[in-house]
Amino acid sequence: MININKSLARQWSRLGPRAIYGQSILEFAEENHKIFAISADLGNSSGLDRFKKAYPERYLNIGIAEQNMIGFSSGLSSCSYNVFVSSFAPFLSLRAGEQVRMNLSYMKSNVKLVAIGSGISMGFLGNSHFGLEDISIIRSLPNIAIVNPCDCVEVYKVIEALSNYTGPAYIRLTGVAGCPVVHNEDYQFELGKYHILTEGKDVLILTYGSMCSVSLKAANLLSNENISVSVVNIHTLRPIDNRLPDLINNYKYVLVVEEHSSVGGLNSIISEILIQHNLRTKAYKYISLPSSYLSSGTYEQLLKTYKLTTENIIETVKSLI
Amino acid sequence: MKLRISQDKYYKLTEVYDMNELPNHVLKRLSDEAYQVRNKILELSFKSGGGQHIGGGMSMVEIMCYLYGLKLNLNIKNKNSFDRDRFILSKGHGVLGFYPVLNKYGFISDELLSTYKTEGSELISHPIRNLDNAIESSNGSLGHGLSYGLGISLGLKSLNVKSKVYVLLGDGECNEGSVWEAAMSGSALNLTNITCIIDNNRFQSDGPTNEIINCVDLENRWKAFGWEVIKIDGHDFNEIHRAFSLTLDKPKLILASTIKGKGVDFMENNNAWHHGRLTEVLYQEAIKALEP
Repeated sequence: MININKSLARQWSRLGPRAIYGQSILEFAEENHKIFAISADLGNSSGLDRFKKAYPERYLNIGIAEQNMIGFSSGLSSCSYNVFVSSFAPFLSLRAGEQVRMNLSYMKSNVKLVAIGSGISMGFLGNSHFGLEDISIIRSLPNIAIVNPCDCVEVYKVIEALSNYTGPAYIRLTGVAGCPVVHNEDYQFELGKYHILTEGKDVLILTYGSMCSVSLKAANLLSNENISVSVVNIHTLRPIDNRLPDLINNYKYVLVVEEHSSVGGLNSIISEILIQHNLRTKAYKYISLPSSYLSSGTYEQLLKTYKLTTENIIETVKSLI
Repeated sequence: MKLRISQDKYYKLTEVYDMNELPNHVLKRLSDEAYQVRNKILELSFKSGGGQHIGGGMSMVEIMCYLYGLKLNLNIKNKNSFDRDRFILSKGHGVLGFYPVLNKYGFISDELLSTYKTEGSELISHPIRNLDNAIESSNGSLGHGLSYGLGISLGLKSLNVKSKVYVLLGDGECNEGSVWEAAMSGSALNLTNITCIIDNNRFQSDGPTNEIINCVDLENRWKAFGWEVIKIDGHDFNEIHRAFSLTLDKPKLILASTIKGKGVDFMENNNAWHHGRLTEVLYQEAIKALEP
């Protein structure tokens, strides 16, 4: 078992979420002989170079053929394997969308989809490679768990949890190498249970993935101005934690922050909850990506262009209260 | 082309057959069973009413009777066991050639079969995975079954399980790009515990296959993708038997030439019966036409 501490968290952060996915699965595959990893010619990009050397009999580069990869993985999983499949978010959720529907959703195959480079972290690779709407797509297909870890430590925790989970899941990796650390030490990670990162009383920020660290920074700065903000990590977007309505009901002001289209992601989830549960919330806002194709830039530039920034969170919180 | 012929015998229960020719009593049994299955296809279609995928169900009957009546290591006792043989109906709309076969060989009861396309039934126009019914995978959308079968094939191989995998495709289904992704994969991985069969009845929903997408020469296409192709008459049990009995050192594709609507003269090669409705008069005519 790895001892998670500040220096390890930093080291992992430098390597980035893809590398830590590869490293995690490598570790868990040692004892769990049912773990199988498949990629559609993005093995190295998925941090699997060491895995394929260590477990060549449980690794396969199936070629640039995502549709076949999903159907194949599903058949393989019926032979008692827990199959981890990695590619870029749109290639899994859209290119192979119907294979995901028939195999993972309909037949509930024990396949884990690992979407590397989701959100807008692919920068100049552009819209073809962005994971703008992947949560929305997968969320409309029943039975598939959806998890988006907030930093590399949480990537490790998620892969650990899913190594022991039977059933289909979508793991969405956001952020890049050098992404900020949220967890400096080990903590209790539980699939389907939200995680309070910081507790305040005025405003509730619900977020996940790359936006956890940005939201935490904003909450910290706001506390200097005597605005008390909770930041809650909704790492599991399905199943959504059924304690969420009660949590939301403790706050007058709610803000969602996410690196995903405003359609079908956490904004939609929370909007649905607000309506269905008739909560006391006085004002609700969201900071999401627009439902459109985005302009060009580096990841950092795009985050600024689309206002996924500490400054914008601070401004939006102030406008809420 | 190097064909390595296996031991010229194979075993099913206590019977041993020469690989070139099935004994007459076995041929007679399989032919009778094929006749009964076709009768059941017509009966189900008529009783269920409305449009039914009859043509493509009738074209696959001999292949299915051979598999379930002779070839597959699959029976009511081992249907949930890991070491069973697997059959996948990739041409999912072919259920009329599937459910009656499962019924004939004891996997689904008369009672369950009689629920075909009734409210709440598991037996609908496309298969739904349920190992208790010996249905290995959910299909319906075309071009999914071969990938699924290849995954099983690699899984069994990696675990040293000797079971075989059989996947039935339609020739129209080969329009789907995903079929060719899978075809590439099968030969790249050199999976020899899988047999892919094409029910080559030369029609698809809107008409003759070669008029819609020029899909002629499937033989060379599959060869070019690295498969060993064996062409047979898909209604001749001896030819079917020979093709299935060959042991090859490449993935095997059986290109079975079949007749859509086989057995009922007015349905044969008449694509109105791709998805057609049997009135009472037509049903009686069809039953009569089917008689040997």
